[in-house]
Amino acid sequence: METILGIDYPTLWFLVVGLLFSGYAILEGFDYGAGAWHLFFKKDLSRRIAINAVGPLWDANQVWLIIGGGALFAGFPVMYATMLSAMYIPFMLFLILLVLRSSAIKFRSAEKMLWWRKTWDIIYFISNTLIAFLLGVVLGNILQGFEIGENFSYKGGIFFAFLSPYAIMVGFTTLSIFMTQGAIFLLLKTEGRLHSKLTFLLKRGMIFFIVSFAITSLYTLIFIPGVTDNFKEQPIFFVLPILSFLAVANVPRLVSKKKYALALVFSSLTMAFLLMLVAFQLYPVLLPSTINSDFSVTIYNAASSQKSLGIMLTIVAIGAPLLAGYFLFLYKTFNGKVTLDDTSY
Amino acid sequence: MDVEILARIQFAFTIAFHYIYPPLSIGIGLIMVIMEGLYLKTGNKHYEVLTRFWLKIFAITFGIGVATGIIMEFEFGTNWAVYSKYVGDIFGSALAAEGLFAFGLESTFLGILIFGWNRVSPKVHFISTIGVFLGSMFSAVWIVVANSWQQTPAGYHIVGEGLSARAEVTDFWAMVFNPSSVDRIIHVWQGAFLSGAFLVLSVHAYYLIKGRYVEISKKAFKISLVIAALVSFSQLVSGHSSADGVSKNQPAKLAAMEGHYEKSAPADLYLFGWVDNERQEVNGLKVPGGLSFLVHQDFEASITGLNAFPKEDRPSQVNAVFQFYHIMISIGMFLIALTFYAIFLWWRGKLFDNKWLLRIFAFSVLLPQIANQAGWFAAEMGRQPWIVYGHLRTSEGFSQEVSSNQILFSLILFFIVYALLFLLFMYSVNKKIKQGPFDETKNELEIS
Repeated sequence: METILGIDYPTLWFLVVGLLFSGYAILEGFDYGAGAWHLFFKKDLSRRIAINAVGPLWDANQVWLIIGGGALFAGFPVMYATMLSAMYIPFMLFLILLVLRSSAIKFRSAEKMLWWRKTWDIIYFISNTLIAFLLGVVLGNILQGFEIGENFSYKGGIFFAFLSPYAIMVGFTTLSIFMTQGAIFLLLKTEGRLHSKLTFLLKRGMIFFIVSFAITSLYTLIFIPGVTDNFKEQPIFFVLPILSFLAVANVPRLVSKKKYALALVFSSLTMAFLLMLVAFQLYPVLLPSTINSDFSVTIYNAASSQKSLGIMLTIVAIGAPLLAGYFLFLYKTFNGKVTLDDTSY
Repeated sequence: MDVEILARIQFAFTIAFHYIYPPLSIGIGLIMVIMEGLYLKTGNKHYEVLTRFWLKIFAITFGIGVATGIIMEFEFGTNWAVYSKYVGDIFGSALAAEGLFAFGLESTFLGILIFGWNRVSPKVHFISTIGVFLGSMFSAVWIVVANSWQQTPAGYHIVGEGLSARAEVTDFWAMVFNPSSVDRIIHVWQGAFLSGAFLVLSVHAYYLIKGRYVEISKKAFKISLVIAALVSFSQLVSGHSSADGVSKNQPAKLAAMEGHYEKSAPADLYLFGWVDNERQEVNGLKVPGGLSFLVHQDFEASITGLNAFPKEDRPSQVNAVFQFYHIMISIGMFLIALTFYAIFLWWRGKLFDNKWLLRIFAFSVLLPQIANQAGWFAAEMGRQPWIVYGHLRTSEGFSQEVSSNQILFSLILFFIVYALLFLLFMYSVNKKIKQGPFDETKNELEIS
């Protein structure tokens, strides 16, 4: 098997996919999180400002989902096909919610009628909240495993099977960390009374996160078999949960010092460490089978050919710096507090 | 209904709906690049007003295109799992390249394009416009490459058997430049330019009829008329080249397009007609030997007909393929006639005197849209029964685990949400058109 720096191609691609979905979780995380606070803002102007805070960025942030999905399809077609067809209904709901959410952003402030704006506000709030929750549910199910039989055929239920207590807990954890991210992001982008309200909301968000995270962690340790196997072999990785805890503990201090950008970095780091934890826990499995571990989808039996992975690694090596450049430019352009003008939503 | 049919209906519905928007974005994008370029070059305020106006419509179109496009990306996995595993090795790299090179470019610069007027210099804004336009062009490239590979696979070998069989790439560039991709990319780009140009033509024709925004409308009309005339004519060339490729690589599809059944005989070219698949006849108006002439420059040359293929290896919906193909051709011809007549009037200095011509232009916005859809329906239905031509059947490609009830559920959801989305799109574009490019009561632009 071909390698780069001693790492085989499927593992490299596992890192690429992990990186892309982490980028998605961190960047769209604050978009979805901001939206999940939407109905907590009472005034029309506050809601408009909140939408325009993500206004110029969300389309770009969404690119990470699109590239992540493409990377999964390209590098691990078996994983892409098995997971999406097994979780057909949850993913269809996710996709429809994405459409509703982007419609809400685009059309909410297009009319002045109260009923129009209120309807879109509710759609925006619900879609963001459910998207964040569903993403967590997907993650929870991946950690728990699917009923996969021979030849990667899915044997389980179509909807409620995915709503196990554990998946629901991971769903709440994801929602809560997104909401924490979202509140910090909005603090960075707003002023005045909305800003002071957010300081208060952020505290609630963090409590929500810490509680759901603690429950989920306990649940994982007690009920998810094999979760600590990788850690027993490589104890050094115990540093990841500690780091994620330190990172999140740093957030309130930075917020009270009004260093919001840095606080956002640290809450993003929390998320990054947690996702690394997940990746490390799974590796080299992508989707564990609960029927027989021989049926699990792994990075090796799901991967595209060496040739194809080599091509895609080249594409990434060329494309990633370009994309990073675009993003730096975009975020630099829209640095600072939200100001509404005739181009705003 | 069975799973295969439902999965096909859902894919056809979601892709056809999606395909209303990206071609418009590409087409309007081209016109915005020209308008903003002219503004920077001449400093004429009219072009700035036009750019800003079309940007508003572009933003709505682009947004719906993205929203409905994400669904497509995941629908391969949800509904076509076997197919996804089969083509992932090949298709995947095209999709990944699309995301990274094309979509990354357009989506990041889109924010600057729409919200950046007051934050970046006019030059940087212009560069963003070009970035978004190029991004949307590249997107089309990779998506059409992937689809063309399904039509004319190249640069691959098949590994494994049965459900675990899959195509693996052996030569990336042979895969990218498979026999049909270049022709089809150009054809798709041109179709997109036409849908954008005719939208602009239509809106400004409407203003001219109403006597509103006359000065800027004349400018916008002329710019898009030139594009529309050039592109609709060159569409003939790429269309011919594309059909030529089909005759070599997918003879069953070509035969279905003209309803040609006989194994090996000279084939006719129909202007219009109706195919009776039972009796293997076409009733309509034809040029005898016309297809033979187009393919071989010889009215007597033989063309492989549908009967040269076993029934299970050729398209079953021959009349549908025939009709879609002919709708596309007829509209293409009409657009050439319309635009060249308008150019002729322009040359005689009478372009804007003809109210009825403007009225035709006002309604013509639908025509490239219909032609684009019809062309794709002909291409995709003509590929049947194959999902990957010659290798994987559509009936083998869908997700084995998904039941028809699940698809029915999602299909109904799509119908409802897309109907809503379409209404919103029509409503907001209509509103932007009614509001117009600027406040006419102030009238500062018409004087300058």
